[in-house]
Amino acid sequence: MSERWLVAMSGGVDSSVAAALVARAGHEAVGVTMDLGEGSSRGTSAGESMSGDVVPRSAKKCCGLPDAEDARDVARTLGIRHYTANYRDEFRSAVIEPFVAEYKAGRTPIPCIACNRVLKFDLLLRRADALGARGVATGHYARIAQAPDGGLGLFRPRDREKDQTYFLFDLPRATLARVAFPLGELEKAQVRALARELGLVTADKPESQGICFVPDGDVRAALTRLQPASAPAPGPITTADGEELGTHGGAVGYTPGQRRGLGLSGGPWYVREVRPAENRLVVDRAPALEARSVRLREASWLDGAAPEGEIRAAVRHRHKSVSARVEPGADGSAELHFAEPVWAPAPGQAAVLYDAADDRVLGGGWITGAGT
Amino acid sequence: MNEVYLDYNATAPLRPEALSEMTDVLAHAHGNPSSTHGFGATARAALARARKQVAEALGVAADSIVFTSGATEANNTVLRQAAHSARGRDAHLVSCATEHPSVLEELRALAAEGCRVTILPVERDGRLDLARFEAALTPGTRLASVMWANNETGVIQPIAELARLAAARGVPFHSDAVQALGKLPLALAGLPLDFVSFSAHKLGGPKGVGALYVRPGAELVPLLRGGSQEKGRRPGTENVPGIVGFGAACAAAGAELELAHARNERLRERLWDGIRASLPDAQRNGAPEHTLAHTLNVSFAGASGEALVESLDLEGIAVATGAACHAGSTEPSHVLSAMGVPRELGASAIRFSFGPGIDEAAIARVLEVLPRVVARVRQARAA
Repeated sequence: MSERWLVAMSGGVDSSVAAALVARAGHEAVGVTMDLGEGSSRGTSAGESMSGDVVPRSAKKCCGLPDAEDARDVARTLGIRHYTANYRDEFRSAVIEPFVAEYKAGRTPIPCIACNRVLKFDLLLRRADALGARGVATGHYARIAQAPDGGLGLFRPRDREKDQTYFLFDLPRATLARVAFPLGELEKAQVRALARELGLVTADKPESQGICFVPDGDVRAALTRLQPASAPAPGPITTADGEELGTHGGAVGYTPGQRRGLGLSGGPWYVREVRPAENRLVVDRAPALEARSVRLREASWLDGAAPEGEIRAAVRHRHKSVSARVEPGADGSAELHFAEPVWAPAPGQAAVLYDAADDRVLGGGWITGAGT
Repeated sequence: MNEVYLDYNATAPLRPEALSEMTDVLAHAHGNPSSTHGFGATARAALARARKQVAEALGVAADSIVFTSGATEANNTVLRQAAHSARGRDAHLVSCATEHPSVLEELRALAAEGCRVTILPVERDGRLDLARFEAALTPGTRLASVMWANNETGVIQPIAELARLAAARGVPFHSDAVQALGKLPLALAGLPLDFVSFSAHKLGGPKGVGALYVRPGAELVPLLRGGSQEKGRRPGTENVPGIVGFGAACAAAGAELELAHARNERLRERLWDGIRASLPDAQRNGAPEHTLAHTLNVSFAGASGEALVESLDLEGIAVATGAACHAGSTEPSHVLSAMGVPRELGASAIRFSFGPGIDEAAIARVLEVLPRVVARVRQARAA
C-alpha cells in the first residue's frame, strides 16, 4: 500500500537517493530540508553527509539556503513535493548550546547524536504526524530489522565504511518503528551510481566530513564564533604531576589524545585531560592514555536491560569496536570494561555497544571518565 | 487531484485577455518601440495602448505612467530618489512597519547610507494612526511611503487621509498599491499622491512588469542609466509583450471591478463563516471592515502555519503563511508582529487569497479539508 513518508533531505547525495528509493518503492515521498540557521543548511543527515560550510546569515536569507536549493532540485527531478522547515531555535537550544557547554566543561561533545534524536527523530517525526506521513526516512547508513526478541533492532549497514549507527544508538525502539533508512542495504558507490542514473544534481557532490557547524573541523574557531563573549585566554600545559611544560592559547576545544597544536618539545605529548576551571591542559605520554574501562552516564539499552556477556564497544565514530563487558550501575550509570586497551576515550563522546557479532546496536551511554 | 489555488496575493493566474494579447504581440510585433521604421511604430502603438489602459484603471493621464520591471524597482526608485533629493542635507523618510520588503529593505539600506528613517508602528487592526503619522512628518521629511493594502492581511490603509496630511505639510507621498490595483477603485486624480507603485502579475498580468505613477510635474530620477525610454525616466528597451499583458489585465480587471469585489467578499465571508463554525477558536487577523475583499488571514492557535500550508498543499490546496518571498525561510511574519499578534499566534497564521476563477465549490473544498488538517497539525504539535 502506498504510504506517505517524510524524507529528511539535506541537499547531499545520500538523502537525495533515500528520497528516490522511497518514491521508487511506490510511496509518496515528501522531502523536507531543515533550516537550522547557524552553521548549516545541511544538517539533516548526521556525520558523513554534513557539510562544513558555514553560510553567512545575510547570504541565506529568503530562499537562499544553497543546500536546500539542491534538495529542491532533486525533488523536482523525482517529481516529489519538497518543503524547507525552520528549526533554527530548536537547533540552537538542542544542539549548539549543549555543544558549547560541553566543551566549556572540558568534554568533547558529539552533537550529531542530539541532532538526530531531537531534530530528526522527534521534531521531524512530529512534522510527519502533522503532514499525515507514516514516518521519517533519512539518508543514514544503518539498517532497521528484526531483533532476536522479535522486536525491531538497529543494525550496522551493508557499507561498513559509511556506518552511522554510532550517531543513532539512543533512538528508542518505538522510534525505530517509524523510521526508515533506505540506504542500509547499499554501498556508497551504488548510491552515487543511482544518483547519476536518475540525473540528480547532487550525484557528484563532494563528500563532507565532520560537524556541520564546525568548518574544517576547527573546533576552537567555531567556539569563538559561537561564543564571542568568552574569549580564550592563555594557560599552562602541565604533566599530571603539575610540571609545567608550556602554555596554550585557551584550554577549551582540546580533546584527549590530541597531539597537534600543543607546541611542546620533548614529545610526543598527548592531551590527557582538559581542566577548564583552571584553564589547564594536562598532557602525558601515549601509554598513559590507554584505557581499560570507561564510566558511562545516561546509558540506554535497546533491549530494555544492559547486555550480559561479551559484547563489542566503540568509543568514537569510526572506532573499530573492541570486545567488552558492561556492568550497569545506579541511576543510569554503567561501567564498560575492555578486553584490550582503548586509545584515549574522551569524556562527552558516546560509547556505543554492539552484539558479539558486531552487527546489532545494543545501546550505549555517554563517557564521563576512563580507567586504566 | 482537484487542485484549488488560493494564493492570488503571491501571484494570480494570467487572465485570458492578457494571454491572447501577449501572444499576438510576441508573434507579430517584434519591433523596438524606439525604432523609426514601421516595425517600431507597431510596437510603439501597442505600448501606447497599454499605457492608456493602465492609466484608465487609475483615472490619470497616460504620460504619468512609467513602466518598470515590477513594483520592487518602482519602490526602490522612489525611495532612493527621495533620499538623494536632500543633496547632502538631512534626509528624513517616513514609512510603516507592515510595508513590503522592497520598501523596508531599501529604507534599511538608505539608513545605512545616513538617512534618517522613521518606521511607524501600526494599530492592532493593522492601520496607521493618522495623528501619529502627522506627528512624524518634519520639515526635513523628503517622502512618506505607505502601502495601499497589505499583501499578507489585506488591511487597507487610509491612503486618502494620509496623503492629504502629507500634502498639507509639503511632504511628497508614495504608496505601494500592488495589492490594490484591480481590486479597489483607485481614482488617483482626485488624491494628492506623488508616486504609486504597481505590479502586473497580482491582477492577472504577466510577471516581470510593473509601473510607477508619477504625478504630473513631479520629478523622477531614474535608477538605471542608458536610454531615453519612458521619457528618460526608465531606460532600457520596453518589455512590450509584458506591458501589453499588463494593460489587458488592467482593462479586464477594471471592467469587472465591482462585480468581482462583491463576489470575492461573499466568498471570503463564506470561508470565514465556515472556518468559524468548525474551528471556533480561529482568529481573523486584520479588521474585516478595512480589508481587501479577496484576502483572509487566519491564525489557528496551537498549529504551525508552515505545517498547515504543507498539509494543505499535499491535499491540493495552495495557500501561504505570508509573503511568498519568505516561503521556505520562514521567520515569523513582520506584518503580524507589527500588529501585536503574539509570536506563537503569528506563526499559526495562514493566508487565503483569491480572485477570478475561484467559486463556491473551491471554498467548499477548503472547508471540507481544513478542519481535519488543523486537527492533525495541532495534535502533532502537542505530541
